[in-house]
Amino acid sequence: MPEPMGFYTDTTVCIGCKACEVACKEWNQLPAAGGGRRELSGDSYDNTRRLDGIHWRHVKFVEQFSEDRSQERWLMMSDVCKHCVRAACLEVCPTGAIIRTEFDTVVIQANACNGCRMCIAACPFGVIDINPASGTAQKCTLCYDRLQAGLVPACAQACPTQSIQFGPIRELKERAQKRVKQLHVLGESRARLYGADESMLGGLNSFYLIADEPEVYGLPRDPQLPTRNLFKSAMLSTVGAAMVGLLAFVSFRKHRMDRHV
Amino acid sequence: MSDTFFTASPHWTWWIILYFFVGGIAGGAVMLATLLRIFGGHEDQAIARLGYYLGLGGAIVSGFLLTIDLERPLRFWHMLLQSETGRLMFKAWAPMSVGAWGLMLFGGFALLAAAGAAAEEGRLPWPRLRLLAEGTLGRTIGALASVFGLFLAGYTGVLLAVTNRPIWADSNWLGILFLFSAASTAAATLLLLATRTGHGASAAAAWLARFDRGALVLELLALIAFVVSLGAVGRVLIGFWGLVLLVGVVGLGILTPLWRPEPHVRAARFVLIGGFLLRTVVLLASAPIHAQGSGVTLR
Repeated sequence: MPEPMGFYTDTTVCIGCKACEVACKEWNQLPAAGGGRRELSGDSYDNTRRLDGIHWRHVKFVEQFSEDRSQERWLMMSDVCKHCVRAACLEVCPTGAIIRTEFDTVVIQANACNGCRMCIAACPFGVIDINPASGTAQKCTLCYDRLQAGLVPACAQACPTQSIQFGPIRELKERAQKRVKQLHVLGESRARLYGADESMLGGLNSFYLIADEPEVYGLPRDPQLPTRNLFKSAMLSTVGAAMVGLLAFVSFRKHRMDRHV
Repeated sequence: MSDTFFTASPHWTWWIILYFFVGGIAGGAVMLATLLRIFGGHEDQAIARLGYYLGLGGAIVSGFLLTIDLERPLRFWHMLLQSETGRLMFKAWAPMSVGAWGLMLFGGFALLAAAGAAAEEGRLPWPRLRLLAEGTLGRTIGALASVFGLFLAGYTGVLLAVTNRPIWADSNWLGILFLFSAASTAAATLLLLATRTGHGASAAAAWLARFDRGALVLELLALIAFVVSLGAVGRVLIGFWGLVLLVGVVGLGILTPLWRPEPHVRAARFVLIGGFLLRTVVLLASAPIHAQGSGVTLR
């Protein structure tokens, strides 16, 4: 059994070239958006805008400007499935299509998925969506096919600045912690790791080094499993069912008494 | 900002809204029918039979709606059997998995109950099926169909809560709210059917109207608890969908039939409009929310 593998994405060295997006699309044979018709977002230099069924890597542009546009700050982050150790999508999938692989990554099996879209609603990061070509829910597989052949995922291989690093999670965490210390020494006091420890969904096997609050990057501060609501919701509903039964029964007794008058 | 705002919409729209509506009516109708069957008199049985027909019809329509909503409808059976191994597919902690089984079992018992009712009326060429409606067997089938019916009426709200989407996962009150709404819409539908088949003036129809008023009060209380439980997230309801909730669901669907319960038929129609709009608001108000995080203005 191989040890857990994953991505460490250092957003501070991402230059927004989108080579990862292209490499991902090429290797996984993902179709172009809108049949290849170029659609501009109109409010950003980024025209991909979000992860979905045909974009398994997405370089987010966080474009911060002051009111008079004299000051600016650009943050870039190559977003991808987080391959959570405790994965929301895997938890709720009703067909068993979503599996954990021998590399401790999370993969949707296209031949088993029937497109119910439960996983889309469950993912705390908004990673999954339907690929219209297959009619199934799809996302990054962490290049499961390449991993089985001993290759590095396409995006990590294509990244020119080593913003995307692939390897055993244990090694990646050590490397990331050193980098955070280095950035703090350099005065980048807001630098922090996101999802590198087990408090976040058991740990994200695709974790990040970010240079601001998670929300600035469109990341939830405290992502949760969907089943957190299961017990309370189900209990309240059971109480409700008992109340409806009781209401029906009590009103029915009156109905019978009325009839016998 | 709630963490649920960073998630993506599952595109559950009109087929699912309709399913939540129809499934609730079917489940509630079977429960009401069973009460009439077990505790009612001979004169109540016509409406009890209508309830079972409604349950079966609703179960079939529900299965159809859920199937056509799938991106790959021919794979609907993947919910019940593992496609690669043929083993049973069941996850007790996954509402959609439990729901698929619940709907199937509900459909099965509703079929038995409806077959018994139809044989009782002499509508089927197999008179021995009457046994399904009589005695202990009839009561057991009715009771089991009611248990699965109440499950069907409420699990849909629990399913929405067991996601990470805005509004749905921000409250634990959707299951009970949908359940109360299912009870009120089921009584309303049964009342309309009873009126259409000439049983509108019966004592059982009057009971349905009285039960419906009680269910509407429960629904109103659950709706208030739901909105309060949303906390700051409730602000997303300020606007079009909040207006629909206030005017359509509360005003037309709950307060109007409570205030003017007569004539029953008109009140029942308002209840159905409110029940449908409730599910519409809950599903569609959440759909467009997807925060990206970019474009933050520097101070």
